[in-house]
Amino acid sequence: MSGPAQVKFYQTGTFTIGNRLLDVSVRSVQADENRSNSLTSGHRACQGCGEALGARYALDTAMRATGNRIVVANATGCLEVFSTPYPESSWQMPWLHSLFGNAPAVATGMAAAMKVKGRTDVRVIAQGGDGGTVDIGFGCLSGMFERNDDVLYICYDNEAYMNTGVQRSSATPPAARTATTPAVGGEPGNVMHQGKNVPLIAMAHGIPYVATATVADLRDLEYKVDRAMGIHGARYLHVHVPCPLGWGSAPHDTVKVARLAVECGLFPVFEAVDGEVVGRRTIRRRVATDEYLKLQSRFRHLFSPKRDEERLAAIQAIADRNIARFGLLGEGVPA
Amino acid sequence: MNKPFAITLDVGSSLANKTGSWRTERPVYVDRLPPCNHACPAGENIQQWLYHAEEGNYEAAWREIMRNNPLPAVMGRACYHPCEGACNRAQLDRPVGIHAIERFLGDEAIRCGWKMPVEAPSSGKNVLVVGAGPSGLSCGYHLTLMGHQATIYEAGPMAGGMMRFGIPKYRLPRDILDAEIRRIEEMGVAIRLDTKVADLAETMRTHPFDAVFLAVGAHLAKRAYLPAGDASRILDAIGLLHNLETGEKPLLGRRVLVYGGGNTAMDAARTAKRLGAEETIVVYRRTRERMPAHDFEVQEAMEEGIMFKWLSTIKAESGGTFTVEKMRLDDKGKPQPTGAFETMEADSLILALGQDVDLSFLTRVEGLEIEDGVVKVGPDMMTGCRGVFAGGDMVPAERTITVAVGHGKKAARNIDAYLRGATYAPPPKHELAAFDKLNPWYYADASPTVQPILDRARRESTFEEVVSGLDESNALFEARRCLSCGNCFECDNCYGVCPDNAVIKLGRGNRFEFNYDYCKGCGLCVQECPCGAIRMEPEQI
Repeated sequence: MSGPAQVKFYQTGTFTIGNRLLDVSVRSVQADENRSNSLTSGHRACQGCGEALGARYALDTAMRATGNRIVVANATGCLEVFSTPYPESSWQMPWLHSLFGNAPAVATGMAAAMKVKGRTDVRVIAQGGDGGTVDIGFGCLSGMFERNDDVLYICYDNEAYMNTGVQRSSATPPAARTATTPAVGGEPGNVMHQGKNVPLIAMAHGIPYVATATVADLRDLEYKVDRAMGIHGARYLHVHVPCPLGWGSAPHDTVKVARLAVECGLFPVFEAVDGEVVGRRTIRRRVATDEYLKLQSRFRHLFSPKRDEERLAAIQAIADRNIARFGLLGEGVPA
Repeated sequence: MNKPFAITLDVGSSLANKTGSWRTERPVYVDRLPPCNHACPAGENIQQWLYHAEEGNYEAAWREIMRNNPLPAVMGRACYHPCEGACNRAQLDRPVGIHAIERFLGDEAIRCGWKMPVEAPSSGKNVLVVGAGPSGLSCGYHLTLMGHQATIYEAGPMAGGMMRFGIPKYRLPRDILDAEIRRIEEMGVAIRLDTKVADLAETMRTHPFDAVFLAVGAHLAKRAYLPAGDASRILDAIGLLHNLETGEKPLLGRRVLVYGGGNTAMDAARTAKRLGAEETIVVYRRTRERMPAHDFEVQEAMEEGIMFKWLSTIKAESGGTFTVEKMRLDDKGKPQPTGAFETMEADSLILALGQDVDLSFLTRVEGLEIEDGVVKVGPDMMTGCRGVFAGGDMVPAERTITVAVGHGKKAARNIDAYLRGATYAPPPKHELAAFDKLNPWYYADASPTVQPILDRARRESTFEEVVSGLDESNALFEARRCLSCGNCFECDNCYGVCPDNAVIKLGRGNRFEFNYDYCKGCGLCVQECPCGAIRMEPEQI
């Protein structure tokens, strides 16, 4: 696999956002004093919002990759509501609010319009949360993939409908408490072994590029957006973005929670070209899934008043399966 | 108004929405005290000089060391580096090789001829320093930087004190020592050799100085009561090392015993080996774990074939036969005699039982107090006699050259204040940057650089330097292993992870600033700062 270039710098290497000693050519977009801040200050996202962070990471990279020539369609959801309460907006590029379920279709239309107008330099991005992507907009999304429309669709996955009060989506993980899967009854929280894995479904469409990313690994995310902008046709990027409000995690732990999701194996970070996995981000310091779950009160019922051994083991088994399936163990990391 | 259908308001920017008002806590950039700096007896700002060294700016790094310590090339070799014992990197892999980088910088300074300019105007004050060891040289250097004239009276024929007469050549080559002393002299410190102060009160009466700093060290070898048939077989370690330096080569014979368990015992044993002893045996009354010698010295001695006899005391000598009593440790770890004896044959015995201070020259100094064989000083290093300060091995403290250098600096600052009729107040110390303040995820895995070691055969027969230095590329690598504990090194993490773009990047060398108009106080920057240079503070209401 190609993957993001490893920066050989022995103090912090590839792991920090930048470093004063790095050559400008190997610095991240986010380290740039003049980054575009596509989602600028004053937005109304909660303290420590992972989605706001992920959206700026992704769109700043797309802006740089295209010389600031992107137009964006945005599904209804937190991202739209907190960024653009009429008449204010935080977006620094042409941006269009679609319905909850039709952002992929609107983006298809925008791409068609650009083609008709001969503006091949202008690229189209559609974005939304997991609700608008994996549930409500799923039909439109599948159609956009199937037609191989020239759109990069970015899903910011915070694993529930956060804007309307934390209702379950088909991206909500097993056993998580939401407003519609309360922590009551014999098996509190969300049901086990349901929901969809949209990155795999996107790969099944055979589109040119599918990738997952996380706010805990900026360089990997920037590499994937950059790579996606270099390809024409339908592309899909699925970014894992913790939600302090809905997950019951501390606002200052957003990046840590995202990192533990990767390091425990619950969120596999990989990329696929033409339906085949071509690269994965391997685990650096493996942790048990408990370490990830414990930071979030939506899983508290698994630990208190007594440990739910059976379901904790089932969640660990999901992580283990991901690790085996995607080959996530790096060299020298104990199994 | 020409607005589209159903639109009544102009498009505005969210910048009008000052989200800073949500905040109950605010992040604040801080500088915490790195554990290396905290542990350094000479008070070096190690993190700061490594910061320069990381950039390849070796001269700036060296100048930063020189603010506190005038002997980097010596210190990089002979200091027992307590900084590395405290280094937070030890909890990730191995400590940063601070001593090796310091040595590289010190050697680089000698090679390039870097000098320290004296910028302070002359104060017209004269200070007498007694003893040209590490403490006296350090004090003279710092006084000179502050504009005072320092004159060092040294009893011996060469300057350097224990650096020359206590530390063998194979650990500290003399050309290095000479170069660093010469640099201090060239700055204007006057060193009078072979000038023994026999009676300080008399010297002070005949030579009016504005202040005095005493740093004569501890040169008198402690003796043990040892009934001996042939006293010529018994020498003391300090005398041996001293004579060797002045060109006398003692005849030790084939089989040599060294009595004691400190660093001087190791130096004496390793020196005896180099002088041709076929067998050198260190006799010590306790066990290896309880030896005061530093572990690496014991290790290096063992590598050179030095043998050890633990739990033994030497009781008597007769015709080359030494009577040795077996000891046992009681439950407090103290050695107790067992009454069981054995004999050992040897051609000579070197005593390394510690050193005392020669205090005879101080008897007539009024107010100066002596306790347990050392001179009492206050926190300002002043003795009971006004204007007379003391430091190094002759005051109560750990006896290392780094402590001595630290004393010299501290005394110089207090002497400077005394000469101006003021009191020196050290700046308040920052909060310690303990490991739990760091986010170690961000540091790349990097094993320490290994300094090349001289072959064993050459170590046993010559006085060549045992441990080699780093070259430029691996010194740079080693410097970049520094975690920069508690001090921003501009990794851009806070600037990157803020979901509200509330961190302003000020450009290289200028760090960052918070934009409190928009900072919501989530604390992500604090959590994701690798080095613990940001703190959350409650918002004032």
